[in-house]
Amino acid sequence: MHGTQILDEADRLMTVCNSCRYCEGLCAVFPAMEMRRAFSDGDLNYLANLCHSCGACYVDCQFSPPHEFNVNVPKTLAVARAESYAAYAWPQALSGAFARNGLVISIVAALSMAVFILGFAALNDRSVLLGVHTGPGAFYKLMPHNAMAALFSAAFLYAILALVMSVRAFWRDIGTPIGGRADGGSIFQAIRDAGELRYLHGGGVGCYNEDDKPNDRRKLYHHLTFYGFLLCFAATSVATLYHYLWGREAPYPWWDLPVVLGTLGGIGLIVGPIGLFIAKSRRAPELLDEQRYGMDVGFIAMLFLTGLTGMLLLLLRETGAMGPLLALHLGAVFALFITMPYGKFVHGIYRFAALVRYAQERRSEAGS
Amino acid sequence: MSSKYDVLVIGGGNAALCAAISARRGGASVLVLEGAPKFYRGGNTRHTRNMRCAHDAATEILTGPYTEDEFWEDLLRVTGGQTDEVLARHMIRESKDILNWIVEQGVRWQPSLGGTLSLGRTNSFFLGGGRAMLNALYLTAEKLGVDVEYDAEVTDLVIEDGMFLAARLKRPIKGETEIRATSLIAAAGGFEANIEWLKQYWGDAADNFLIRGTPYNRGSILKMLLDKGVQEVGDPTQCHAVAIDARAPKFDGGIITRHDSVVFGIVVNKHAQRFYDEGEDIWPKRYAIWGRLVAAQPDQIAYIIFDSTVVTSFMPTLFPPIAGQTVAELAGKLELDPAALDKTITEFNAAVRPGTFDHTILDDCVTEGITPQKTHWARKIETPPYLAYPVRPGITFTYLGTRVTKEARMLMAEGKPSANMFAAGEIMAGNVLGKGYAAGMGMTIGSVFGRIAGREAARHAKN
Repeated sequence: MHGTQILDEADRLMTVCNSCRYCEGLCAVFPAMEMRRAFSDGDLNYLANLCHSCGACYVDCQFSPPHEFNVNVPKTLAVARAESYAAYAWPQALSGAFARNGLVISIVAALSMAVFILGFAALNDRSVLLGVHTGPGAFYKLMPHNAMAALFSAAFLYAILALVMSVRAFWRDIGTPIGGRADGGSIFQAIRDAGELRYLHGGGVGCYNEDDKPNDRRKLYHHLTFYGFLLCFAATSVATLYHYLWGREAPYPWWDLPVVLGTLGGIGLIVGPIGLFIAKSRRAPELLDEQRYGMDVGFIAMLFLTGLTGMLLLLLRETGAMGPLLALHLGAVFALFITMPYGKFVHGIYRFAALVRYAQERRSEAGS
Repeated sequence: MSSKYDVLVIGGGNAALCAAISARRGGASVLVLEGAPKFYRGGNTRHTRNMRCAHDAATEILTGPYTEDEFWEDLLRVTGGQTDEVLARHMIRESKDILNWIVEQGVRWQPSLGGTLSLGRTNSFFLGGGRAMLNALYLTAEKLGVDVEYDAEVTDLVIEDGMFLAARLKRPIKGETEIRATSLIAAAGGFEANIEWLKQYWGDAADNFLIRGTPYNRGSILKMLLDKGVQEVGDPTQCHAVAIDARAPKFDGGIITRHDSVVFGIVVNKHAQRFYDEGEDIWPKRYAIWGRLVAAQPDQIAYIIFDSTVVTSFMPTLFPPIAGQTVAELAGKLELDPAALDKTITEFNAAVRPGTFDHTILDDCVTEGITPQKTHWARKIETPPYLAYPVRPGITFTYLGTRVTKEARMLMAEGKPSANMFAAGEIMAGNVLGKGYAAGMGMTIGSVFGRIAGREAARHAKN
């Protein structure tokens, strides 16, 4: 018996699947399962986070509902995965944020944006807030650069700390010896597997979404979202280097690297989340963890909001709307940062850790 | 009448879909009538996982060549010569091209599954298993414009003078209770799920049989054809049976209820007596004999008994073994006579001779002085907990079928080929497979003869 009902069910399913093994060519979950004959909580959480929810094993399974063996691996692992986020959250006092995540994320986002708007309004004259500012340093007329940098660095560092602590708990629980490190080869393999979403492919034909006809749309939207996010992050990083190394202050002209990266990323962060949202709302309910709808949509909405406010800011930065839009954008980004460790964002971190572990297992199996 | 098709396919498994696709590609309009609901479509194909095809060189997924001659020798051995050589050699030749053809129909291969390395050279495995294969075939068929109806039970076939005219339906389809077609392809499997029919040969013992596939494999089409003058082939009394867990559901437990632990222990009946050499032969040849052996025991039940030292020697099982710290405790849980079980195990242990255990070869671990002897892999059962799996016969398929020509055309009882009736898959497997089985052969028969039947049926309809 395991700690939770869903882990008991996951254990039952993995026992069924381990005596069948027809799905072992579909993804990483089943080969990892085959390396075990019994499953600890950590093993099940590892398998749950290794699952990319492509749905192929459900459609291909001769024992899925209405069969009496009632094998639904994607849904069971989706629930187990979501519960694992709360189980490993740091500090544990905040793990409750996962329970009603959509609500939590909305409130934090709304508060954050409101505080930035009100703060801008309180600290700036109306004429400054709604005025037209152009040229280097325009943004910092509304919020001093050092204040902005300090606030966002603090939020970002906190997010990193919380994520590191959480994933550390996961890493220990999935059976890596304490202090044991991942080797470079496994990490590189995991970066490749995550980067191309190798296991979000239904064994080669694509994901199962609204029906039994597979396609690659979810993978495409996820790529747009993920690489959009990375490009935006790169834009901010380049801008930071510009600022500190060369003393060049934002905003930058449209052809300059931070703006080019940010624009491309922003488009990805608008189109990708819209696609993911549509895909989610159309997906067959038997494959979904409906309880976590709020968490999934909350995160998609945060990314979308970040992309949208950023793009609007770029388009309207030479008008009087710049001030309010800057406040909204900073509010969205701030909320995104501080909720990172307590929302769907963590799926990428845990899945990456699981992929590293899987690459390690494969390498040690091949070596033995 | 509006609904006349060129080709009517009855059945919904591998053979039926290969036939439908092949007929459609041959230019025919095609209707597939699957008697089962959509989820259970495909009969035994749902539970398959690989196909045996001849090939002259290793491929991406096959570890080495498997020539036509070698395939033929394997077939000859498993059937003990009960096969039609012309048909069988034709099938083997055609199987070579099926490896590619089936991929063109959307099916994907993968190397042999974990735990089946012995098949890595001869058998190609379906990525995702038999249901994945079916899904791919259905998608392709529908894309090509084949009409498919589920829950479409056929109640009667109108056949005149060896000529198919129409099929009558239990529930109307598009307002019609009768479907006419220029050609018929029967690909509706055997009668393994028809307990009453099995009882004709097995008596009440059949009540204790478990059926490994869906409850829809009732053989009703086979019966209609034989009743209407099609020549039969194959031994009607025979079926393929393996030992499966007695706790499995009555129907559709599939592959995961099987046990392959016989060689690691002993097998006793309800009187706690051994009844056959557990070490006779190596997997997978031994696999198919235990169903029949258990079927011959009282109440059709037996128990594989082993000890804790061998638990990890075979694949993990769906149902956990029943355990006891002592032989008596185990006997109690199995409702066997403790004294009798203790005596059987004690005598067995005393008869075990020293040897070097190796389950991958016919090793030298034997018993002496007991009957039946265990001729390989005999080791003492003495390390608690003592463990057991209860097993019953699990019926996979039946051998009775319709006789066909190389063109998959049915032969009538008087020896005349039917004008427009073809058969493919399990319903005609008895032509090639008079008895016995080798992994993946059922799917070979289905795909090869399905493809041929579709082609010939379309040719007939288009002429």
